[in-house]
Amino acid sequence: MSTAEHADSSRRDFLYIATGAVGAVGAALTVWPFINQMNPDASVLALASVEVDLAPIAEGQQITIKWRGNPVFVRHRLPAEIEAARAVPMTDLKDPVARNANLPEGDEATDVNRVVGGKEQFLIMMGVCTHLGCVPLANEGDYAVVEGNEKHGGWFCPCHGSHYDTAGRIRKGPAPQNLAVPQYAYLSDSKIRIG
Amino acid sequence: MSGHSNYQPTTAFGKWMHERLPIMELVKGQALDFPTPRNLNYWYTFGGILAVMLVVQIVTGVVLVMHYTPHVDYAFASVEHIMRDVNSGWMIRYMHANGASMFFIAVYIHIFRGMYYGSYKAPREVLWMIGVLIYLVMMATAFMGYVLPWGQMSFWGAKVITNLFSAIPFVGDSITTLLWGGYSVDNPTLNRFFSLHYLLPFVLAALVVLHIWALHVPGNNNPTGVSVKSSQDTLPFHPYYTMKDAFAIVVFLMFYAAWVFFAPNYLGHAINYQEANPLVTPAHIVPEWYYLPFYAILRAIPDKLGGVIAMFGSILILFALPWLDTSKVRSGNYRPLFKGFFWIFAIVCVALGYLGSKPAEGLYVVFSRILTVYYFAHFLVILPLLGLLETPKPLPSSISDDVLARKRPATAAVPAE
Repeated sequence: MSTAEHADSSRRDFLYIATGAVGAVGAALTVWPFINQMNPDASVLALASVEVDLAPIAEGQQITIKWRGNPVFVRHRLPAEIEAARAVPMTDLKDPVARNANLPEGDEATDVNRVVGGKEQFLIMMGVCTHLGCVPLANEGDYAVVEGNEKHGGWFCPCHGSHYDTAGRIRKGPAPQNLAVPQYAYLSDSKIRIG
Repeated sequence: MSGHSNYQPTTAFGKWMHERLPIMELVKGQALDFPTPRNLNYWYTFGGILAVMLVVQIVTGVVLVMHYTPHVDYAFASVEHIMRDVNSGWMIRYMHANGASMFFIAVYIHIFRGMYYGSYKAPREVLWMIGVLIYLVMMATAFMGYVLPWGQMSFWGAKVITNLFSAIPFVGDSITTLLWGGYSVDNPTLNRFFSLHYLLPFVLAALVVLHIWALHVPGNNNPTGVSVKSSQDTLPFHPYYTMKDAFAIVVFLMFYAAWVFFAPNYLGHAINYQEANPLVTPAHIVPEWYYLPFYAILRAIPDKLGGVIAMFGSILILFALPWLDTSKVRSGNYRPLFKGFFWIFAIVCVALGYLGSKPAEGLYVVFSRILTVYYFAHFLVILPLLGLLETPKPLPSSISDDVLARKRPATAAVPAE
């Protein structure tokens, strides 16, 4: 009798643990699709690249492209803007990392690392403030090149007051990182593909 | 739950029902006969006002959904369609938009009333914490609702607030992508906010049930803070407080109607009548008034992660309030020092709200920082120390003694105060 009872109770324990274990694993596996459905879907991922013709952009002009729902700044910089950006010692930078998706992670935020060598006049980067995502205003802020009463280059975020220099690097304000440079490649001398 | 009732069904149907679902016993015990302190003042009517506002928001919201389209190409136009074409659509939408503001006015009065009279102290800690949870869910609901009209402020408010999560180390960017369903606030974001904005009010309703349940275990606090000692101290909820609450609710609804009909856009932002544009940020992004103190705290800290932690911390610290206040005396009426600090704290909260509405530059930032430090010091330094240093005034021996002392002519001896 006692052996039968023992067998019974160990069978019940087994069922109890097995049911609990299968239930827990099943619940965990079921939760994942319900979280993952919130991630970007196939139609969002399909809009992954955009081509831009640089030829019509005059010196000192900036255009804004929409890529993956975000603004991308394409700026044809004046020589003075490039010089100003090159003159900045690395020790003055709040974020010393290039934040350039085309370079290995951790490269220095020199001016040339923010653009493509030989094409220094074209600065291409996300128009998304790294603080809380507002669109910074061009030719504004404390790090623009000032000529007379005109400002060239440099960006200022109106939301919480971040200042970016003529290479789009964060210099002052709450933003933690330089404006991100997206992945892009030159298809020809004056045409790029972003993404 | 039915301990205060001597309900006896009298009709045949009543008896039949009582044996199957004793709901009338519950209603009689909890809503009609429930013993309630006899000295509750009008500050105690805001719980009832809040319940009414939740119903108003759900009813107007359900109606608005019948005419609204949650898609980036149609949302803005469908709201204008509600305003111009739908019969009484303008009124129902203004009721819903201003109703959110009224809801927050009432909840802030309700919270500060609880703080003044020490309603968070034992044995009401769980009641208080459920209340803080309700406040958090309210804020999330209102935030997502504000995104739905898809105006400029809707879009950029959504972008800034969801970007707060990108401050979390390592996983921040993955979390924002998950929240957005893309690389920016876009159609998937609008859709999920719509879904959750419809869901959360019902979660609120469920939390309100728990809040009332937790209230009905110890019963109401009262302006003396002295616990109920005998039936001399209480009145049945009905008709005494059903009438008092109903009167306050009607007065509050008149105040609400004045906004809806005479200043329906005063509390909003004109720029939200411009359709969302992901490429242009408006010059001044300002959240709705009820978030402004927290927005000021966010901007006071010159570091992204630090600002986010301070902002969430300023709300979450309320959960710890029952243990941060070390005084055994509940009501601020009997705490001479606390009373002063309570009003300073209330003014600091309003001042932070003002600073949150101003641009983050110059003296505004300096004052935001000073007041942010004071905000946290109130909870972490002042309240713990006050309980140890302060000599409270003598408490009345019971609620009824206090009430009767106030009724006597001034020449008679006054035991309390």
